[in-house]
Amino acid sequence: MAVTGAVLVLFLVGHMLGNLKIFLGAEEFNDYAEWLRTVGAPAVPGRTLLTITEIVLVVSVALHMWSAISLARRAVRARPVKYAARRRSQASGYATRTMRYGGVIIVLFVIWHLLDMTFGVVNPEGGDATPYARMVAGFQPSRWWITLFYLVALVMVGLHLRHGLWSAFQTLGLARRRRALKAGAAVVSAVLVLGFVAAPVAIMIGVVK
Amino acid sequence: MNLTLKVWRQNGPSDKGRMVTYRVEDVSPDMSFLEMLDVLNERLILEGDDPVAFDHDCREGICGMCGMVINGVAHGEQRATTTCQLHMRHFEDGATVTIEPWRAAPFPVVKDLVVDRSAFDRIIQAGGFVSVPAGSAPDAHAVPVPKEDADAAFDAATCIGCGACVAACPNGSASLFAAAKITHLGLLPQGQPERDSRARAMVEQMDAEGFGGCTNTGECTAVCPKGIPLDAIARMNADYLRSATR
Ligand code: HEM
Ligand code: SF4
Ligand code: FES
Repeated sequence: MAVTGAVLVLFLVGHMLGNLKIFLGAEEFNDYAEWLRTVGAPAVPGRTLLTITEIVLVVSVALHMWSAISLARRAVRARPVKYAARRRSQASGYATRTMRYGGVIIVLFVIWHLLDMTFGVVNPEGGDATPYARMVAGFQPSRWWITLFYLVALVMVGLHLRHGLWSAFQTLGLARRRRALKAGAAVVSAVLVLGFVAAPVAIMIGVVK
Repeated sequence: MNLTLKVWRQNGPSDKGRMVTYRVEDVSPDMSFLEMLDVLNERLILEGDDPVAFDHDCREGICGMCGMVINGVAHGEQRATTTCQLHMRHFEDGATVTIEPWRAAPFPVVKDLVVDRSAFDRIIQAGGFVSVPAGSAPDAHAVPVPKEDADAAFDAATCIGCGACVAACPNGSASLFAAAKITHLGLLPQGQPERDSRARAMVEQMDAEGFGGCTNTGECTAVCPKGIPLDAIARMNADYLRSATR
């Protein structure tokens, strides 16, 4: 969980920074998308960076889900008889309790998101439009429910990281100052969520057109 | 005060078991939770019924025998308190109190509220020890231990093996218990030679017993009567990873 999660977090950081380029205008953003596809050329074939990223992500997501499912199954086996009284949580961890269903919501979001932004299947502009056009079209006010879905998914991502980030350190035996670590996890999650939220909201309210 | 108890009754390991409701009257707020159960049992015996079986020994919070889940919380809602040290003044007059045994596959119910915690003994046998030359007792200061380490080792050593961490864990993991032992011994010079093999053996035994995996929910430390912190689990993981990379 910890190692694959760390890979995904690194991707999210890069992805968030990339998205923020939308504020630099259509040309800058499309150039960036183009650069992602041609970086290293002609030494390496086109899409090298993207293909590597995609493979690493697919493997990480698969292993991340496999670990989560194994843990959940072990948990079920370890407690065959449930408590009659509702087991009341004594730890202060709202985020912790969202991990399993939150993870499922995020996966569903990623599937929709890929159909939307990467393949353009469910995007009004379609897959042949420029990334900038796809993004602006995708978050038009008339499609507010899509934007809302993005926002809900991003909040789930934030909660997921809120617990996941410090938990990964704990699992790898690196958690020494737990209080500072938990605070750090909260800050990083919040920054990531805000960074991601900025673009769709800016488009919806017309700041970016 | 008067209470309504909903108690798990199970005649033996193979019985299906069920919740049974009892009224207990004239409970003094100064009674401990176990004394309140004693009152119930005296009445049950007088009436020719089978008394509710529950584990207990020291009744002063140091043996770890008296675990039960009270209103869905291991050892009850009072923090850092064993069931035997929980007093009835923390309950409201007329309240309904649900009492269940620890629920975990590696802790099978023996009878009513009594579970078999031998799985913990086997985890200790796997690595929760230090090998020292036998003979006369060594001089007290033959092996110096830094004060900070001594304090931290002592804090970890206060684990009484009650099993509340397992009972409270949504994953049924025994990590806090194993980690307390690994921290206690791993912080001391005497524990160094077996530090790697200890972590590996104890973690493997824990998995073999059928305990679940830790997802750092923190429910264990919240109910632990001795307040063993989650840091212990980080330490166990560090020792385990160290043993795996050697
Ligand atoms: C408001 C938030 C987000 C926006 C506006 C956004 C936008 C985009 C865009 C425009 C692309 C296509 C880039 C291109 O074609 O060059 C993309 C790809 C992608 N996004 Fe997002 N994204 C957001 C949040 C997320 C989140 C939270 C995740 C994961 C949990 C995610 C996962 C992905 C993945 C896996 C790809 C495909 C990467 C590849 O093809 O290599 N995105 N995103
Ligand atoms: S770690 Fe705490 S809850 Fe777990 S067995 Fe030890 S004393 Fe009991
Ligand atoms: S009876 Fe010994 S700790 Fe409660």
